[in-house]
Amino acid sequence: MSVPLFLLLAVLLVAAALTVVAHPSPVYSACALVVTLFLLSVFFVGLDAQLVAVLQVIVYAGAIVVLFLFVIMLLNLTQTEQRPTPGAPLVAVAVGGGVAVVTLVASALRRVTTPSAPGLPAGFGETAALARRLFTAYLLPFELTSILLLVAIVGAVGLAKRRL
Amino acid sequence: MPGTAPLTWYLGLSATLFAIGAVGVLVRRNVIVIFMAIELMLNAVNLTFVALARSLGSMDGQVIVFFVMSVAAAEAAVGLAIIIAMFRNRETTNADELVTLRW
Repeated sequence: MSVPLFLLLAVLLVAAALTVVAHPSPVYSACALVVTLFLLSVFFVGLDAQLVAVLQVIVYAGAIVVLFLFVIMLLNLTQTEQRPTPGAPLVAVAVGGGVAVVTLVASALRRVTTPSAPGLPAGFGETAALARRLFTAYLLPFELTSILLLVAIVGAVGLAKRRL
Repeated sequence: MPGTAPLTWYLGLSATLFAIGAVGVLVRRNVIVIFMAIELMLNAVNLTFVALARSLGSMDGQVIVFFVMSVAAAEAAVGLAIIIAMFRNRETTNADELVTLRW
C-alpha cells in the first residue's frame, strides 16, 4: 500500500474508532464501528489478504454489527449516557499511564526488524491457499471452532429465552 | 521497496486502535458500547496478524484471523444474550448499576 493512501486510511480509521468510543449515543457508535470495520477490510486487501477482507465485511459488518444494532433497537437504548467529570488525580493517572504506554510501544516498535521479504508464494491470500492451511495444519482447531460455535448457539438461546 | 508503507506503521496503527479500544472499555458505562470497544481491540489484533503474515510471506497469520473472527462471533452472540437477560431483570445497561458480583 502506498504511503499517501496508508496515511489517509489510517487517519480515517483512527477517527472512526474514536467516534465508536467517544460518541454518547450507542446507535452512532455502532454505525462508526461499521465504518471502522470497512476501512480495516481495505487494509486487508492492501496486505494481500483478499479472503480475510471479504470475511471481515460479511461476518463483522454484516452479522456482528447488525446483531449489535438489533439489540440496541430491541432494548430501546437510544438515550445518551451521562458521564461524570473525572477529578484531577484521575486525569493525572490517565495521562501518566498513556505516556508510559506510548513510550513502551514506541521502544518496542523501534526494535522491530523488517524481515527481508522472501517474495510472496504464488496464490498468497487466496481462498485455495488459506483453505489448504486450514484443512491440513489447522484441522483440529477448525473442528474445535465448530464445537465452540455450537456451544455459543446453545448458550445464547438458553440465556435469552424467558422459559426453556 | 520504496513507496510502500513499512511493517512498523501497520503495527503502530494496530497499537493505536487497540489503545482506543482499551480506553473505551475503561471509560464507557454502557455495556453495549464496552462490547463494541472489545470488538475494536480484536480487530486491532487481526490487523497485526495480517500485516505480519504479509511481511513473513506465511499464510498462518491469516488462518489465525479466521479463528479470531469465529471466536468474536461466538462472543458477540453470547454476550448480547447476557445483556438482554440482564436488561430483562434489572432494566438497565449501565455498568455502574450492575454490581451484584462486586464484593
